[in-house]
Amino acid sequence: MGLHTKSMSELTAGLEGGEFTSVEVTQSLLDRIAAHDSKLNAMITVTGEAALAAAARADADRAGGNAGALNGLPVIHKDIFCTRGVKTSCGSKMLDNFVSPYDATIVERIAAAGAVVLGKSNMDEFAMGSSNETSFYGPVHNPWDLDCSPGGSSGGSAASVAARFVPAATATDTGGSIRQPAALTNTVGLKPTYGRVSRYGMIAFASSLDQAGTITRTAEDAARVLGVMAGFDERDSTSIDTPVPDYRGEIGDAIKGLRIGIVRQHFDEGLDAECGIKVKDAIAVLESLGATTVEVDLPNIDLSVPTYYVVAPAECSSNLSRFDGVRFGHRADNAEDLFDLYCRSRGEGFGDEVKRRIMTGTYVLSAGYYDAYYLKAQQVRQLIADDFRKAFADVDVIAGPTTPTPAFKLGDKVDDPITMYLNDIYTIGANLAGLPAISVPCGFVNDLPVGLHLVGTHFAESTLLRCAHQYQQQTDWHTASPEGFS
Amino acid sequence: MTAGWEVVIGLEIHTQLATKSKIFSSASTAYGAEPNTQACLVDLGYPGVLPVLNKEVVRMAAMFGLAVSATVAPRSVFARKNYFYPDLPKGYQISQFELPIVEHGELFIADGDGNEKRVGITRAHLEEDAGKSIHEGLDKSSGIDLNRAGTPLLEIVSEPDIRSAKEAVAYMRKIHTIVRYLGISDGNMQEGSFRCDANVSVRPNGQEELGTRAEIKNLNSFRYVEKAINFEVERQIDLIEDGGVVVQETRLYDSDKDETRSMRSKEEANDYRYFPDPDLLPVEIAADFIESVRNELPELPDAKQQRFVGEYEIKNDDAAILTISRPVADYFETAAKATDASAQLVANWVVGDLSGALNKDGLDIADSKISATELAGLLTRIHDNTLSGKIAKQVFEAMWAGDGLADEVIEAKGLKQITDSSAIEAVVDRVIAANPGQVSEYKAGKDKLIGFFVGQVMKETKGQANPGQVNQILKSKLSG
Repeated sequence: MGLHTKSMSELTAGLEGGEFTSVEVTQSLLDRIAAHDSKLNAMITVTGEAALAAAARADADRAGGNAGALNGLPVIHKDIFCTRGVKTSCGSKMLDNFVSPYDATIVERIAAAGAVVLGKSNMDEFAMGSSNETSFYGPVHNPWDLDCSPGGSSGGSAASVAARFVPAATATDTGGSIRQPAALTNTVGLKPTYGRVSRYGMIAFASSLDQAGTITRTAEDAARVLGVMAGFDERDSTSIDTPVPDYRGEIGDAIKGLRIGIVRQHFDEGLDAECGIKVKDAIAVLESLGATTVEVDLPNIDLSVPTYYVVAPAECSSNLSRFDGVRFGHRADNAEDLFDLYCRSRGEGFGDEVKRRIMTGTYVLSAGYYDAYYLKAQQVRQLIADDFRKAFADVDVIAGPTTPTPAFKLGDKVDDPITMYLNDIYTIGANLAGLPAISVPCGFVNDLPVGLHLVGTHFAESTLLRCAHQYQQQTDWHTASPEGFS
Repeated sequence: MTAGWEVVIGLEIHTQLATKSKIFSSASTAYGAEPNTQACLVDLGYPGVLPVLNKEVVRMAAMFGLAVSATVAPRSVFARKNYFYPDLPKGYQISQFELPIVEHGELFIADGDGNEKRVGITRAHLEEDAGKSIHEGLDKSSGIDLNRAGTPLLEIVSEPDIRSAKEAVAYMRKIHTIVRYLGISDGNMQEGSFRCDANVSVRPNGQEELGTRAEIKNLNSFRYVEKAINFEVERQIDLIEDGGVVVQETRLYDSDKDETRSMRSKEEANDYRYFPDPDLLPVEIAADFIESVRNELPELPDAKQQRFVGEYEIKNDDAAILTISRPVADYFETAAKATDASAQLVANWVVGDLSGALNKDGLDIADSKISATELAGLLTRIHDNTLSGKIAKQVFEAMWAGDGLADEVIEAKGLKQITDSSAIEAVVDRVIAANPGQVSEYKAGKDKLIGFFVGQVMKETKGQANPGQVNQILKSKLSG
């Protein structure tokens, strides 16, 4: 069995047992990326030399008895995380020339745990998109069908884990950007509770919704990486100072007695019937492990997409104002004056979807419209959060589909933003309410993967990981690898 | 000029808070560094960075709130004020909009007739300062210095309760005094640590409805505030009397030409799209924190002035001057406690000779060449009749010049007052004998000549004779 097929747990066992070194693992995966990424376009930057150096350090650390939690393990960072001395593009022409002078908190923590970073993954521009087609660097192809999208915005991270470039990649989720691509690529996507992982150094899209998480093939690896990423950071005022549990230690606990809530609306006509069957089958597996199901009501959940498309653009319109061509990033040539510099730098640097959201956001915050749009959306957001709170009085997790359909063809939806936005209909609620959620592979429809979506209450990552892990002990969907990438 | 018109003024004072680091980053706030050497990635608005509130600014704002009898909000919210400008790195300024930290305060000033007058304080909110654009000395381009970006400001907004330029200055001085008393701002106006925008309108006497206001931006001296408002009031009245209308606009005061000028109208078209900053949590202030701040509050100028009048029995006007700044008040109090001389004498000297000497040398009282206890030593010698007031001034000058303590100067220069009656009598006799003409005139009823005789005696004694004794001896000898 090739090194590329191994999970982080398996690699750790091999490294501990001296079967191979991190340098060997790293070289083998770098070779794999070099051989296969032309088909996928999952990577924006590959940092081979730095990776081999880090691997050598990791091997030395292990030999010296100083192996950290991720010692010698290969990872890829979504190109939204600032990495010192390495291009940090956020998938945009605006930052094509931007080399970050500092590391994001999670980049620091993952490096400190001994991980080896192979590079930076492709993504929708500024994380705005659900298909990876808005990237300045071109779309990412889904390893399960190269004509299909891997989803987005963390399409590069998902595709690189699915194609066995790495066992784990970091990603971010503002409305479903971890979970939707995970579902479409047969990987595990974990979005933690808002505030669980520091946002410092993660380029902001919508600050009140953005959260960093992981894409892996197993829940156990997600637990391992989250344990390193999570925790209070004094540089992020919205990070929450609460202890980080031993996620991996708790993962083996039985789920007998776990109460699973089912939201009826999530199985309505919007859902592909065959996907619905796969998701219900997955829930039946959890029941066979002793979980019970109960129907729960989220009366305002249908409002989550319109609410999101007011709040997120509003925040992004302000967050992206700093890209003005003055201090960093793309600057238009030969500006006539300041106004021209702003207009052309931003006009040239941003793509259509980003412009669309900046304009929407500017509109909803404008004098005379603020109350009708932004304020109203915040009120609805509160209602949705209240609905979840009430539901979690009776259940431990809420289960349903991650996406309405399996992967769609590249080009199919890119000109129809509304249809594209509806791809996140099941995932957005968790962002609006700040809740943790996970997508786990649960089968295939027409040879394309389907994801089971589990949402927990605040800081219930441990419950979600345990549930996903127990499910993966009973099923082997996640071990299936795409043709050509086995 | 303003007959028939009522002037309505509200002030927005921006005071820089005296924190070591910036409001949302750990960069230094020290003034005068090389451009862009005190701006970290947060101040530069780099991708991915986040603001973290400097807790010290909350304490300072709460202090100010309590000092002006305001409500310190248990919950206030930072909002983003969005606009593009090169000195604003993020494309938005973090400020407070709907929920400021301080609301509903008041303070009292003297109006034009010397009566006490209340000025309401609508609100005071925390915000970050912007950087500076630099145009001079750069060929065809502009530079940006972001050292000031992120410096904490407290913006203090008054009610439109002010009715004249003089009242505006009195109000601004009062705020200036308070922030320095509290130690929350150095109040340095040259460095821009204390500046204001004035909203000015006029309306015919008796009219309820407010006139259209103009906002004069960035006034950084008391004198400019007075002159700019006076110019603006006159401009508005002339305009209306000539059949024109006042336009709501932002104006700049040009101190060289002593006039206000309209700024570009594009500035007016800004829609700032305020919304709560999702990167910062609401500021929650517990009641016990407010109590602890209240306990830390120093004695404020009004209370100190009243106490000085009551405790030291000095004139109210002097007490007002002595309490304008805490170091001056402390100086006075230290000196008053260190001498048996009357506190009024101490007050006279601090307000008079000492202030004069400090001004002449451009010194703060903290750097005074004569300490409070040293001045007390001098005044003690007036009190015990060692020195006359006039000689004391010579001694003061010698002390200022570094010649030593009062007693050392008196000793070295032989300036001790002559209080020996027989010595004075001898001089008086000589003066009477030398001026027979004046003696007869005095005896014929020209009482005013007593001054002449005193002067002669003082001249002979080089000013060292005790003036009271001289007077008394002269009178008895001349009437004999």
